[in-house]
Amino acid sequence: MKTLVGFITAILLSFSLVGAAMATPVDTYEFKSVDNQKRALELAHSLRCPQCQNQNLIDSNSPVAQDLRLEVYQMVDAGKGDEEIIEFMTSRYGEFVLYKPRMEAKTYILWLGPIALLLVGLVIGFIFVRQQRISNAVDQEISAEEQAELDRLLKRDDK
Amino acid sequence: MKKRLVLFIPLILFLVMGVFLYKGLFLNPQQLDSALEGKPVPAFQLQKLEDANEIITNDSIKGQVSLLNVWATWCPSCKYEHPYLMRLARQNILPIYGINYRDERAMAIRELSREGDPYTKNIFDHDGRLGLDLGVYGAPESYLVDHNGIIRFRYAGPIDMRVWNETLYPMIQELQAQAKAEGAS
Repeated sequence: MKTLVGFITAILLSFSLVGAAMATPVDTYEFKSVDNQKRALELAHSLRCPQCQNQNLIDSNSPVAQDLRLEVYQMVDAGKGDEEIIEFMTSRYGEFVLYKPRMEAKTYILWLGPIALLLVGLVIGFIFVRQQRISNAVDQEISAEEQAELDRLLKRDDK
Repeated sequence: MKKRLVLFIPLILFLVMGVFLYKGLFLNPQQLDSALEGKPVPAFQLQKLEDANEIITNDSIKGQVSLLNVWATWCPSCKYEHPYLMRLARQNILPIYGINYRDERAMAIRELSREGDPYTKNIFDHDGRLGLDLGVYGAPESYLVDHNGIIRFRYAGPIDMRVWNETLYPMIQELQAQAKAEGAS
């Protein structure tokens, strides 16, 4: 048991050493304030790396992501607003870098599609249920002949 | 009968969505649209690769339909692309401007003297600032610029005969015809 714990500690330690060795100047960037750091990291998390595509600017180790991340940090420290920084990114790399697409003509289907589908489903469900109820109500009125037939069948069942 | 048709709405919606999603399967995620198409080449003032005293600006490349080619010595696909660029340079169809992207000057010069220099002029973008402004996310990338200095098309990846014949050359011919019609050289 002791050796196992030692083994795991060694592995974890080696990981942390590797991490330290791979740290780049970007990751040791010193922000002017803690608030700036928080905002910059949040922003960089919400922007997609144009090269690696499935990673955000923080997760990715590609040179482009490092450059862009540094750019975001510096812009935040320079007092630029979120809108301005996002505009900076999209004017170069396109809407693609936004994990959360903007609400505009070509993304309406993304934003409103699910709501529209839900509404359509509700309407169809409503119509369906109503129809069922109406047909039930109709079925309850049976004619005299049907009633006689029913009685005959029931009586036969009694025997 | 009319009420029955209502029941088909979900099926129709499903089919429409299916068509969209099916089309999505054949998009190439590596081929991003450039946000700069239709916009002017970003303003820059950079040294010439071979001569630090000569400054090249975005105005230097105006007046003629041209190709901006982002390259570096650390980029294997650029080496693949290089012989084809040499061929294009010999044909003298349009000026090819090199953007030497995040590279070492000495290494880049050595590479060009060894392998041949297809570039009309080479812009030394050591910090990658011009690359950043162009929205470069890898190398090689090529930008087709019209005679007014407007970026018309970006191609990410190495240029080879197929890309040239099918995509770039027809666009270049069209842009050159436009330039001629507007009286540029």
